[in-house]
Amino acid sequence: MALAAEELKMLQDKAYQIRRRIVQVTERSGGGHLGGSLSQTDILVALYYKYMNINKDDPRWPERDRFVLSKGHGGLGHGVILGDLGYVADEDLDKFGKTGSIFGMHLDRHKVPGVDASTGSLAHGFGIGLGFALGARLKGLPWHTYIVLSDGELHEGTIWEAAMAGAQFNLTNQTTFIDRNRLMIDGFTEDIMKLEPLQDKWAAFGWNVMRIDGHDFNQICQATEDAKKVTDKPTVIICDTVKGKGVEFMEDERKWHYGGLDDAMAKDALASLDEGKKKRDAAEKKAS
Amino acid sequence: MAIGLTWTIDDADTMTQGEIYGEVLTRLGDENPNIVALTADLAGSTKIGKFQTKHADRFFNFGIMETNMVGFASGMAESGLIPVVSTFAAFAALRCAEHVRTDVCYNRRNVKIIATHSGTSFGPAGPTHHCIEDLAVMRAMVGMTVIAPADAYETAKATAAAIEHDGPVYIRIGRSFEPPLWKDLDFDWEIGKAITINEGTDITVIACGPAVLHAKEAAERAKQNGLSVRVLDMHTIKPLDNEAVMKALIDTRRIITAEDHSVMGGLGTAVADVIAQSGKGCVLKKLGLQDVFAAAGYPEDLQHQHKIDADGIEEAIAEVMKMDFEADEDWEDEI
Ligand SMILES: Cc1ncc(C[n+]2csc(CCOP(=O)(O)OP(=O)(O)O)c2C)c(N)n1
Repeated sequence: MALAAEELKMLQDKAYQIRRRIVQVTERSGGGHLGGSLSQTDILVALYYKYMNINKDDPRWPERDRFVLSKGHGGLGHGVILGDLGYVADEDLDKFGKTGSIFGMHLDRHKVPGVDASTGSLAHGFGIGLGFALGARLKGLPWHTYIVLSDGELHEGTIWEAAMAGAQFNLTNQTTFIDRNRLMIDGFTEDIMKLEPLQDKWAAFGWNVMRIDGHDFNQICQATEDAKKVTDKPTVIICDTVKGKGVEFMEDERKWHYGGLDDAMAKDALASLDEGKKKRDAAEKKAS
Repeated sequence: MAIGLTWTIDDADTMTQGEIYGEVLTRLGDENPNIVALTADLAGSTKIGKFQTKHADRFFNFGIMETNMVGFASGMAESGLIPVVSTFAAFAALRCAEHVRTDVCYNRRNVKIIATHSGTSFGPAGPTHHCIEDLAVMRAMVGMTVIAPADAYETAKATAAAIEHDGPVYIRIGRSFEPPLWKDLDFDWEIGKAITINEGTDITVIACGPAVLHAKEAAERAKQNGLSVRVLDMHTIKPLDNEAVMKALIDTRRIITAEDHSVMGGLGTAVADVIAQSGKGCVLKKLGLQDVFAAAGYPEDLQHQHKIDADGIEEAIAEVMKMDFEADEDWEDEI
């Protein structure tokens, strides 16, 4: 499946805007989880702007699809999307992490409209999200649950406990994405605590596994749709991503897991994002 | 000078509080080959990573698996090693609680847990990364020594003392940006012995962690109003210095406790236990988080909101000075 050119461009442009805003909010708030917010952006953009059945005028609409960001420190990137969709005011985003703000680094579902689970302690979100799915199936509710995990949190035992239970209960009314950016705080997963072969691990735990480029909207969308056709196993989509994606000096750099940006750095970061967009636009023009 | 500390920290001025802890552990590692350092993807954040630079063979990064790390620590102690485990307090004390209880305490293993980012010190991260329950949880652990040093210098002494001590120890420190109480290591510090920071006869503030410095400042302000405030640095929550509490009770009959922790189960509760069991009358006010989560925000603002900064303690002093305690020893007329 290839997305129509127009839709593809809409998603790419949206992701570009979201990344710009992530940089701006970080500059204003004094610091943020940049690396992981930038790596997860394309996955979240596909879900929020194409797939999720939600209603911003009624954040708690009972039939909405549910979303759990198990890697809760990606709250910066998630919050920016909620701001763009109109769930929260721009002024609120600019106070991200400050005293009196509705935003802490990890989003609180009682404070930020549109957030279904308060996360931040890694690996809790998977069990919660699968619980959403199990509850929905039991009650015959129509909504789908989308879960986003980081790769680092796959070290936690609770992830594999949840994986086992998800397969046992055959939770096909959920889709789990892994933001496989290869980095955590202290270094690369493969140097600190190996995760690969990741597909084999998930398959051994009874999951339908896909592995895609997590920055390619065609692949993200194809996988998201394919996942829904599989009914005998729950699906996990391992998305190969780049930590810090889009800002060249942050890409694959451990130190940009969390950081602050002064004026000059923020300018450089925005310029790097602009450069990426320019290149993409030029390539598109040439192709058409 | 605390046991084990045979040197001083020369460039302390240029190091953050956490770095001093990392440095101290590294130096202790020079002297004691049994020390092994364990962390869970927080080598840099907790500063235990300093140990790695010098003792790479005795440093283990488990990735993000705290509970398993505590199990490993318990097992590694079997061979005579002294495992020192560092992660954020919320994970060390809460996520790992049962592993600490069963693997470390019940199995009676010589494991040291040095938990950083405790209380509300990781303010902007919000409640998932605050830890206002660890003193309560760790106090309840059989045989656990529980320490909340006032600053990095005390952390240095506590770390050295913990290594000397045979048995499990839990040390909770902040995010490392706290202003220091002391200027250097030139003071006496002993597990279970409160330090009198300020002598006083009207009222006693018993504090731990960053609240000690705030209590000291509040006492100085109260002095301007003619009040004599005793300040006790109760760095060891368990075993508590019961004698110091009793002395405060008898001498001042008014006690305030202050901690960057819930008022349920921490220092305030420990002090209340002693007072209640003494059979003596006393006014007690417990400052801390009053059974609420702190919001996300800067730690200094949160400490202000929850009245554990100098302003809050000063206010509490004024309030408690107005309260009456049962002055006579004869309770019969009350019943
Ligand atoms: C249980 C738990 N342990 C430790 C942390 C501290 N922490 C925050 S983010 C992080 C790792 C970041 O790497 P990863 O999870 O892969 O996320 P990403 O690279 O996508 O940012 C750690 C250890 C935490 N939030 N929760």
